[in-house]
Amino acid sequence: MKIPVCRLADLPRGEAFRLDIDPPVSVFHTDDGEIFAIDDTCTHQDASLADGWLEGCEVECPLHASKFDLRTGAVDAPPAKRPVRTHEVVVEDGVIHVRVSTDAPNLPPCLAARLTGGSA
Amino acid sequence: MRAVAVVGASLAGLSAARSLRKQGYDGRLVVIGDERHRPYDRPPLSKEFLAGTLDEADLALEADDEELGAEWLLGTRAAGLDRGERVVRLADGRKVRVDGLVIATGAAARRLPGAEGLAGVHVLRTLDDARALRDELARGGRLVVIGGGFIGAEVASTAHALGLDVTVVEAAPTPLAGPLGAAMGGIVSALHTDHGVRLLCGVGVKGLSGGEHIRRGARGSVDAVLLEDGRSIPADIVVVGVGARPCVEWLEGSGVELDNGVKCGADGRTSLAGVVAVGDCANWYDPRAGAHRRVEHWTGARERPDAAVATLLAGGAVEPGAPRPPYFWSDQYGVKIQFAGHAAGADSVAVEEGAVDDRNVLAVYRRAGEPVAVLGMNQPRLFTRWRKRLAAATS
Ligand SMILES: Cc1cc2nc3c(=O)[nH]c(=O)nc-3n(C[C@H](O)[C@H](O)[C@H](O)COP(=O)(O)OP(=O)(O)OC[C@H]3O[C@@H](n4cnc5c(N)ncnc54)[C@H](O)[C@@H]3O)c2cc1C
Ligand code: FES
Repeated sequence: MKIPVCRLADLPRGEAFRLDIDPPVSVFHTDDGEIFAIDDTCTHQDASLADGWLEGCEVECPLHASKFDLRTGAVDAPPAKRPVRTHEVVVEDGVIHVRVSTDAPNLPPCLAARLTGGSA
Repeated sequence: MRAVAVVGASLAGLSAARSLRKQGYDGRLVVIGDERHRPYDRPPLSKEFLAGTLDEADLALEADDEELGAEWLLGTRAAGLDRGERVVRLADGRKVRVDGLVIATGAAARRLPGAEGLAGVHVLRTLDDARALRDELARGGRLVVIGGGFIGAEVASTAHALGLDVTVVEAAPTPLAGPLGAAMGGIVSALHTDHGVRLLCGVGVKGLSGGEHIRRGARGSVDAVLLEDGRSIPADIVVVGVGARPCVEWLEGSGVELDNGVKCGADGRTSLAGVVAVGDCANWYDPRAGAHRRVEHWTGARERPDAAVATLLAGGAVEPGAPRPPYFWSDQYGVKIQFAGHAAGADSVAVEEGAVDDRNVLAVYRRAGEPVAVLGMNQPRLFTRWRKRLAAATS
């Protein structure tokens, strides 16, 4: 599924845009001008990576500072232990689109439990 | 360097072991820790683990497939360092010969004198502490938390959510005034009263009472906290949250200079060549503050080992990069509290965003107009921007 996100002109370098689908996806425009899309929710706890610290091709989670590689979704060090999903980005007619991955998302335990009707 | 020991098998020790391998060290690596557990994460102990929403497996700091090629000596305490022979002596009599040493022994919870042997009295630092406290909180009742610092406040918040009747006693006029300054300390600690948790400030604790009903074979239980002004606060459970002291006794007489923990440079180097210190036990020189600071926060214990290991492997020949301003977070009553920088040097603090009444605040601390620290309550996005600015401004 290809979803329009926002106009490229509306997403300055160094900024992120959160797409409120379920689970949310965020699009990052790096200082070098590249565009990446990853799951917005940190795999550790319920934090929005769009609120994080973007540096190069990495975003640092705003809460506990695990860093995710925007290209691969890989995480560098605890407390987060699992990668985030990455999504394909397509820019068409000046509009950023993402093609959402069909892999299962790596949601943090607190949210995963909620989604499956758990008690957490 | 052919043999390196890391003493302390928690966040700072594990981070150092990782940094060693990442930075190319391929010799013998021994990790010594006096707890029996593999490295685990402490912050959830006062929050999700205590609340029962995370279990022990979730606390693991290592990835499932992680292989550091280290020898783990767990359940074993380091008892001394012999600088001449370069030997770490273990409490069980064993000796580990090392060329390099990373000190990562953290801190231990301070206890209340006179509370020994009274059931129902807890501190919270380790997984074993947290298990015991969790089991006791599950029975419900009246909880008195001694100390309104971060650990005390988090325990109060978690216990309140579990349905206990909670009172917090704080000796200072305002809780958290040390790390946050009086104005913001007052705003953050108002979260207690917002939620109906009693907060008694400016009064010290004289002692604990209890133990009158000692049955044979059973220890007596605490039944009240006695305050210096004569009041007695009934209690079924008491948590003592009065800070932590660095675990460095084992280094006395070793030649490693001690002063509120291990005194070290901005790169973690100690007074002994080939020895660095990291984490809660380390009193680092902070060039921004122009003074030594022992910072007891997660992010420092996670990040600073990179620099200390670089120093160790280079024999002290590297220039330390400026460390990022200290950063910590806390979760209380559903509010995400974040802080970066040093409040102590500030001459003003102003709320720049949000409203104090909503407990939704972004406050900036300044000295002579320059930002030196920032506090966020439920403001992760703005907080991160300010934290980044702070790092850039003062690096
Ligand atoms: C309940 C709790 C909640 C917290 N919440 C937060 C939070 O929300 N945010 C935040 O920023 N920080 C928080 N912290 C602080 C954070 O957990 C610490 O800063 C961090 O654990 C420090 O890591 P460390 O490895 O330096 O020390 P420690 O985690 O204290 O580990 C030191 C280890 O060394 C071992 N040791 C000690 N002496 C010896 C010896 N002689 N020989 C062998 N081993 C020894 C100890 O048993 C321990 O396992 C919290 C701490 C606690 C206790
Ligand atoms: S929520 Fe992202 S690292 Fe903890």
